[in-house]
Amino acid sequence: MLEQIFQFLVTGITVGSIYALVGLGFALIYNASDVVNFAQGEFVMLGAMNAIALLAAGLPLPLAAIAAVLLTTLVGLLLERFAIEPAKGASVVTTIIITIGAAIFLRGVASLLWGKNSLPLPAFSGNEPIDLGGATLLPQSLWILGGTVVLVALVNAFLNRTLLGKALLACSFNRAAAQLAGINVQVMLRLAYGLSAGLGAIAGILVAPITFSSYEAGIMLGLKGFSAAIVGGIGNPMGAVAGGLLLGVLEALGAGLISSGYKDAIAFIFVLMVLFFEPTGLFSHKAAERV
Amino acid sequence: MQNHAAMTNPPPLLAIETLEQSFGGVMALAGISFQTSANRIQAIIGPNGAGKTTLFNVLCGFYQPAAGSLRFNGQELRGLPPHRIAALGIARTFQNLQLFFNMTVLENVMVGCHLRAKTGLLAAALRLSSVRHEEQQLREWASEALELCGLSGQSERLAGALPYGLMKRVEMARALAAKPQLLLLDEPAAGLNDTETMALRDLIMRIRASGVTVLLVEHHMPLVMSVSDRLLVLDYGSVLAEGTPAEIQADPRVIAAYLGGAVQYAV
Amino acid sequence: MRLTGFFIFAASVVLLPVLFPDNYFVTVVGIAAGLHVILAVGLNLLMGYAGQISLGHAAFFGMGAYASAILTTRFSWPSLLAMLAGLWVAGTIAWLLARPILRLRGHYLAMATLGFGIIIHVILVQAAHWTGGPDGLGEIPPLNLLGWTVDGDQQWYGVIAAAMLLSIWLSLNIVDSRIGRALRAVRGSEFAAQMMGIDATRAKTQIFVVSALFAACAGSLFAHQQAFVSPDSFSLMISVELVTMVVLGGMASTFGAACGAIALTLLHEGLVVFEDYEMLIHGALLMAVMIFLPQGLFAGVSQGVRRGWALIASRQRHKG
Ligand SMILES: Nc1ncnc2c1ncn2[C@@H]1O[C@H](COP(=O)(O)OP(=O)(O)O)[C@@H](O)[C@H]1O
Ligand SMILES: [Mg+2]
Repeated sequence: MLEQIFQFLVTGITVGSIYALVGLGFALIYNASDVVNFAQGEFVMLGAMNAIALLAAGLPLPLAAIAAVLLTTLVGLLLERFAIEPAKGASVVTTIIITIGAAIFLRGVASLLWGKNSLPLPAFSGNEPIDLGGATLLPQSLWILGGTVVLVALVNAFLNRTLLGKALLACSFNRAAAQLAGINVQVMLRLAYGLSAGLGAIAGILVAPITFSSYEAGIMLGLKGFSAAIVGGIGNPMGAVAGGLLLGVLEALGAGLISSGYKDAIAFIFVLMVLFFEPTGLFSHKAAERV
Repeated sequence: MQNHAAMTNPPPLLAIETLEQSFGGVMALAGISFQTSANRIQAIIGPNGAGKTTLFNVLCGFYQPAAGSLRFNGQELRGLPPHRIAALGIARTFQNLQLFFNMTVLENVMVGCHLRAKTGLLAAALRLSSVRHEEQQLREWASEALELCGLSGQSERLAGALPYGLMKRVEMARALAAKPQLLLLDEPAAGLNDTETMALRDLIMRIRASGVTVLLVEHHMPLVMSVSDRLLVLDYGSVLAEGTPAEIQADPRVIAAYLGGAVQYAV
Repeated sequence: MRLTGFFIFAASVVLLPVLFPDNYFVTVVGIAAGLHVILAVGLNLLMGYAGQISLGHAAFFGMGAYASAILTTRFSWPSLLAMLAGLWVAGTIAWLLARPILRLRGHYLAMATLGFGIIIHVILVQAAHWTGGPDGLGEIPPLNLLGWTVDGDQQWYGVIAAAMLLSIWLSLNIVDSRIGRALRAVRGSEFAAQMMGIDATRAKTQIFVVSALFAACAGSLFAHQQAFVSPDSFSLMISVELVTMVVLGGMASTFGAACGAIALTLLHEGLVVFEDYEMLIHGALLMAVMIFLPQGLFAGVSQGVRRGWALIASRQRHKG
């Protein structure tokens, strides 16, 4: 029993890492623009699908992966330029629908380019399971865990140590003040979209060897990433990471101990419970409303 | 002696005691006490940030105060949500306009009559004949309030499309349409020109004459001094002085802290 | 007059099948459009007037549909009674959910409603013992209204048209009443509305329940009309479509929502021709409309017409 739970934990942390990366992308864009980008999951899908396609075209895996991340980043920038910028100042509902439109559009493009089947990506270093004293772990899971740790550390350092990163955070606290302080909010917005598209793509490439990928693989991942960001208190990047890990672990435990069919329901029940008791997420800073 | 006092001083309409409200480190209200009896115009003055708006917000149940009590007609307001406080007969206007911009002027003021009507969801959905009658009644009430505030020709315009001065009057009409016992006005003269301010003065006098008690937060000293029965001076969340306009103008602490040059406007 | 628009709309709904009898676009597409109108008009009460987004509205649609499907097939309930049960279930769940969920704002509310929709969808898929699982539930008996069995596209068109007109009439009445004004006031400024004595929580709860009831009613009709239900009809994408209809038509307008519903139904019908490109075009159109006509088609088009009209009028004057 204990071993089983250990196994669930290992699985949960692996899955949670992916949610964390996607959630981090949500948080970055939200910080820079107050927009929740519902096409975030499509970045994940595009990363994986691009890598698969480039690999099939003859590129070696590392090159294919890098090119796929760059391509997806470009898509993120284009999305910002042609769908988000023209709608500046639109209401929450309008921006939600624009990004949902973008998600459907990208799914449409993917299904045209690569068809509707699930496609595999080879594991980076084989499929020989690693024994962890009771629990087993795929080598790919190590890649996911390691990749997440490195990326989160990098993003964290970027946000807190570099001028550019601090400027990005400043945007979220007070856009007008940031503008006055000479921060180019427009550039920050592009930076955020590029960065989260890149992050999403890496997450997609890391997880594709385990889950495969298809044109609609981004939907659930995007929603779970959004959940992670919300649970963490939207706009708080490290909160999103914590939220993602928490969500992954709970989901794995729920799937293992209760019912795997209800896995997604369990995840969202958890999200609802968090919101019912902490209406602004677990790790958010609240300010009193003013009239 | 005690009896005598009780007979000459009517019981206060509003009695506030040691009210405290802080935001993080800022003590917006640091233990305020004062009373207002019915049918008065009670002005509240003080420099920006003194806590005047916060006092209104606490009074209306928007914030729950850390300590103190608020009694209106003897009933404790603390802990009640805003809509229950409104139901007891308190209405207000806002320093930062809080109009319903997407509704017409008439609809805004009809919302003010909300508590005087009783149509429920089902009756409204089926548009029973009782509903039609009540709508007619609400329209009349709203028109009265609009007329009182000099807005008769504006009723079908969108509130958001009005010039600033008229928006402020719509807020006033909306508050009056509720037929309150106590009316809170938060800087009603801000942004108005002299003619408009004079009209506002007349309106406030008429409101009082109709039996409504007014709490008036205002920076326009000539208006405040000419219209109010009593003044409360706040500074840094505390009561600096309380008294009639003449007493306040003569109060050295007030002159030192705040009024300064403004005394010359006194009427 | 207050209901002029309504009567014009009703007249065209009645005239269509007379002018084009046995036309696929009138009966089959018309039925789908009618159901969508009921859903969108109900959701618009919540989104357009109360300002509360719901990305899980398909859940209530599904509750109505599955209540009718399960109770009539497995328990042989009369269809009208099953429909009432569906309304009761959806209404009760909406009522229970309203308080905690409507406390949330903006994206948190979007997340919560979305999560709720997914939970219900997962249940529809997983509780196969009751719902038939992913394969769905078939052989649902026809709708029986006090002895009259609804049969054939023409009759269904009549029933759904009537339900649709009823929903529009109810919505128009609610909006233009004390209750509707209170809702709009809460949306405009919640604090000011409360200071007018409006219990904002209660107002939002009520309208959340009403919009759930509209959806459940549409669900019951849908189940009987199709004689088959499956979870696909109540997925997240359907919730998104419903929100799109409301926003597409222009929020806070009953006819706007109705137009949005009809427009999107026709769009889907039209896009079928493009097969593989359907998704791509659908996504691009969504983005384009939201970017270029953020107040929605209905407002955008009527504004355009008015401007064009003014232009023509001024030309005429110049000539004259
Ligand atoms: N919601 C709030 N959050 C933080 N500080 C507030 C809030 N409301 C008021 N304050 C602070 O309380 C003090 C009193 O403000 P206010 O009541 O608006 O003053 P006045 O209306 O007298 O100008 C000010 O220092 C203000 O910054
Ligand atoms: Mg103030």
